[in-house]
Amino acid sequence: MRRQNHVFAKGKVAHMRILKMQSKFLDVFLESLSKFGNLYGPTHKNGLLSYNRLENISDLVITDEHPMIPIKKLFHPMQFTMMNFDEKGFTPDYSKIEKRVIIGVHPCEIHSLLILDDIFMREPMDPYYAQLRQNSAIIGFSCLPTENSLCYSTDTDIVEEGFDLFFVNLDEYFLVWVGSSLGHDMIYEREEFFDMDVSHDDIQKYVKWRQKKNKMFKKSFEFDSMPDIMELSYDSEIWEEFAKICLSCGQCSMVCPTCNCYTVTDVFDVTNETRGRRDRFWDSCMFVDYSLVAGGHNFRASRANRLKLWYGHKLKTFGKDYGRPGCVGCGRCVDSCPVDINVLTISEALITKEVPKK
Amino acid sequence: MTLLEAIENPFKPKAARIVRHYDLIKDHRFFQIRHIDMKKAMSFSYNPGQFIMLSIPGVGESPFSISSTPSRPGILELGVRRVGKLTESLFQKRDNDVVYIRGPYGNGFKLDKMVDRDLIIVAGGLGVIPLRSILYYVLDNRDQFKRVFFLYGARTPNEFLFKTEFFQLKNRKDIECLYTVDKSDAEWPHATGVVTKLFKNIPEIDPRETTAVVVGPPVMYKFVIDEFLKLKIPKNQIQLSLERRMKCGIGKCGHCAIEHLYTCMDGPVFTYWDTLHFRELI
Repeated sequence: MRRQNHVFAKGKVAHMRILKMQSKFLDVFLESLSKFGNLYGPTHKNGLLSYNRLENISDLVITDEHPMIPIKKLFHPMQFTMMNFDEKGFTPDYSKIEKRVIIGVHPCEIHSLLILDDIFMREPMDPYYAQLRQNSAIIGFSCLPTENSLCYSTDTDIVEEGFDLFFVNLDEYFLVWVGSSLGHDMIYEREEFFDMDVSHDDIQKYVKWRQKKNKMFKKSFEFDSMPDIMELSYDSEIWEEFAKICLSCGQCSMVCPTCNCYTVTDVFDVTNETRGRRDRFWDSCMFVDYSLVAGGHNFRASRANRLKLWYGHKLKTFGKDYGRPGCVGCGRCVDSCPVDINVLTISEALITKEVPKK
Repeated sequence: MTLLEAIENPFKPKAARIVRHYDLIKDHRFFQIRHIDMKKAMSFSYNPGQFIMLSIPGVGESPFSISSTPSRPGILELGVRRVGKLTESLFQKRDNDVVYIRGPYGNGFKLDKMVDRDLIIVAGGLGVIPLRSILYYVLDNRDQFKRVFFLYGARTPNEFLFKTEFFQLKNRKDIECLYTVDKSDAEWPHATGVVTKLFKNIPEIDPRETTAVVVGPPVMYKFVIDEFLKLKIPKNQIQLSLERRMKCGIGKCGHCAIEHLYTCMDGPVFTYWDTLHFRELI
C-alpha cells in the first residue's frame, strides 16, 4: 500500500513541543483540566461507549474502541434549538455553548472535526458550530487499531493539528504533543508532572510503537484510487445491486463522523400559538424525502442515486473547495450497517465487480 | 455572552411587511414585500437569479426566487405557487402582515456574460418568475445589451403568468417577445405549441456574441438546450437555474448537493458546460 508522507506532502515541519509524562500522573492531571472548562469524554452509558459530560474523572474510558456516535455530536448536536420565536421575531439560542475540555479524542475524530470545520466554519460561518468549537479544548489520545479500523488506508491514523494536547501511550509513560497556546497553559498548570527531556530510548520506544501499530491493521482499502474509480463507475450496475439491499435506514449517516446534513423544524410551545422554537436535527441523504421539493418532484428518488451521493462525498470529493474525500477510516460504517454496505464493500465491489453475498 | 450577541447570525431572518399581493392565476400569487427596517430595505442588494429564504414562525422556511429587479430597490417581489405547508400559510397572509426573510443567496445570472451581447431568455411555466428579474433588469439597462429575445411558454392561457405586463411588453420595439401555450383557446392571441417551436422566429444571430438563459421545469431543459446548440451557441454561454430542496441557503445543511457542489452556494445558476460535468441529471 502506497502512502503519502503527510509531513512532507503538506510542506509542514514538526515544530511542536513534545514532553513526557509518567502514566501515574494521568488522572490527577486530567482532573486539573476542569479549570479550563467542563470535562467531557467517552464513558460507558447504558452499555454503550459514548461521549458524555464527566461527573468524575474515574468515569472516563480511554480505550482503543470508538464511541458508537462520533464526536460530531458535541459540535453539531443531534437536536438543538437554533432560535426561539415570538411575535417580535426570532432570537438565537446559544444556551448550549459552554467552555469544555474534551478528553480521549482519537486521531480519526480529530481529522473528522477538521473536515467539518471546512463546511461549518466557511463564510458565512455557522455560529452554533463555530462557538462550540472555539470554546472546546481537544485532548487527543493515541489508539491502536481495532477490528475494522481503516485509518491507515485513509491516512488519518496520525494527527499534526486540531488538538490542544495529544497523548501517545507508551505504557509506563506518555509522550505529550503540545498543539496550542491553550495546551501550553494546561501543561504549565501542572509543570511538575512533565519531563522536558526526551531521551534516545524514548524515541526508540516511540518508533517501535508506530511500527507495531502499523502492522496491526486487519483491513485496508484502495482509498487513494477511489476518486477515479468512483468517477469511472458512475453508471456501474454495482450501485443497483447495493440499492436492492440498502434499507435506507440512515444509520450510516448517524455514525459517520463527517456526515453533516441536517433538517430544520419549527415547533410551537404547547400552550401558545405565537411562541415557539426552530430546531435543528440530523438528517441523512439516505432517506427517501431528502431531496423532495414542494410540488412532489424528488431529485433523488432512487436508492442507487442516494448511495452514489453518500459514497461520492466519502470517497470522491466532499465540497468544491476541499481537496479530500470525507472518509476518515474510523470503520463505524463497517461496524454498523445492518446489510454490510460500507466503504470496504463498496470500494471492493467497484473494483472487482463482485457484490459480497451474505 | 456579549460576544455572541454581537455575532451576525446568518440563520436569523429579518421582519418584512407584505406591501401588496394579488393572484396571478389560480393558486399562484404575487407578493411585494419590504424589510421593516427601511435602511435594510434600501441597502438590500442582489443579482437577478438569486433567492431568499422566507419564514413564517411555527410553519417553517423555504427558498423563493426573487422576481423583482435590483435596478428598482426597496421592494422585493415574489411569485408563489400554493404547493405545500409554508405556501399554504403564506396564502393566508394579508397586506401589511409580517413575514421573515434572509438572503439574498446563490450566485445569480452571470450578467458580465450578457453585456454587449444578444440575449435569448427562455422561460417555461414557473421558470418565468426568476427570469422576470433578469428581463426587467435588462430593460432598465437596455443600452447595455444588444438584441433581446424573450420566449415564454405555459401549458394553457389560464396558466400564463404576468399576462398583463408581458402582453404590454409586446408593444416595445426594443425587445422581441414570443409567447406560446401548449393548448390554446379561442381568445389566445399568440402561438400554440411547445416553447421550442418559437425558435423559428429568431432571426440569424452570431452565436459567439449571444448569451442564452433558460429556466423551466426539469423536463424542458433538454429540448431548449438542443435548440440553443442548433443555433451554435457555445455551451458556456448557456445559463440555467436549477431547483433543489434547501434548508439553510448557505452551504451547511447538505440538502441541495449535486455531487460535490451545493446548489445554494455554487448555483442555482450554472452554465450548460458546468452541468455537463455533473453525473446527476439536471
